[in-house]
Amino acid sequence: MNELIAIFLGMVLINNFILVRFLGLCPFFGVSKKLGPAISMGVAVTFVMTIASVATWLIRNYILIPFDIEYMNIVIFILVIATLVQIIELFIKKTNIGLYFAFGIYLPLITTNCAVLGITLINATQNYSFGGSVVAALGGGLGFTLVLAMMSGIREKLELANTPKSMRGLPIAFLIAALLGLAFSGFGGMI
Amino acid sequence: MGKFGKEFAKGLILSNPVFVLALGLCPALAISTSIDNALGMTLAVLIVLLGSNIIIAAIRGFVPSITRIPIFIVVIATLVTVVNLIFHAYLPDMYESLGIFLPLVVVNCIILGRAEAFASKNPILHSIADALGITVGFMLALLMISFIRQILGTGSLSVFGFDFFTLPVLGEHPIVIFVLPYGAFLIIGLLMALFKRTGVMKGE
Repeated sequence: MNELIAIFLGMVLINNFILVRFLGLCPFFGVSKKLGPAISMGVAVTFVMTIASVATWLIRNYILIPFDIEYMNIVIFILVIATLVQIIELFIKKTNIGLYFAFGIYLPLITTNCAVLGITLINATQNYSFGGSVVAALGGGLGFTLVLAMMSGIREKLELANTPKSMRGLPIAFLIAALLGLAFSGFGGMI
Repeated sequence: MGKFGKEFAKGLILSNPVFVLALGLCPALAISTSIDNALGMTLAVLIVLLGSNIIIAAIRGFVPSITRIPIFIVVIATLVTVVNLIFHAYLPDMYESLGIFLPLVVVNCIILGRAEAFASKNPILHSIADALGITVGFMLALLMISFIRQILGTGSLSVFGFDFFTLPVLGEHPIVIFVLPYGAFLIIGLLMALFKRTGVMKGE
């Protein structure tokens, strides 16, 4: 149990996906202009990360390792993720049309989000147990959502600020990310 | 040959993948702690991008447009697996220090982006030029970031164990934040602002 808590806190705060591991930066800068879409994106990513972790853990431990074809990791994982995203999209469209429209374009975009492939590869290299993989995915997704929401809140305020012309848009967003990262580095000694 | 040169030059500045298109940011930030890593990453991207552009340009006639994205991804993922195995066998140190970002070349938007936007519509020769230009642009961006980060963060410049110089004060008291993750955001943000200011990069 302690190990799972350590994995979870490590993923959310210490090795935050965006600020420390640099995974999922494209949606971080692309979708962080408004709070609503940012949270939708975060939830969608967390959801896909968790399901992808479960699926890839099963495939890795019951197919890839017994047959000694672990070097096929990358090809298999990316296919699993692409298929999963398609299935989830169809499933949500059939069962909950409101949620489908809430996710909108973000769901198909997740296939090429490095956070999802990242968590499956991290689970594989760290050799996490089944519970560990799920907790790592949930923690990673939560950390991703947290930083994305913080960033979009700051950027909403920033619209009103008088930023120098050449700093507007992406440059100032990067500087804010640096400051957020510094703040998060305070969690460093926690575990 | 004129078109070849034009496609090559385009990737360098006008559509520099990192600074102008803001593609491939994850590896650009994560592995730019040293020039060695930047060059290793460039090599990986070069092999994968060149291979995928050639293969996709070659098969562009037979690929049904509805299933093209999965096909492109399988081609790219296979090439990345090949690169991973090559790095693991011949450049084990580089393999260790690039870590998870070597397999993550699969989801590097630059590669799928070029496959979709360029190689699937253009002949092989032009696709090769495009791949080379984009890779050199990527390399320039990575070198620029990693050069600044390495000098400020370690106070010295060394490439593949060959020491160029060590700065007098900075060598003893390096500004460690620049090799930490936060320094990457700081440097790339300032560089982008500089490029906007000087007009190399267009405003939003």
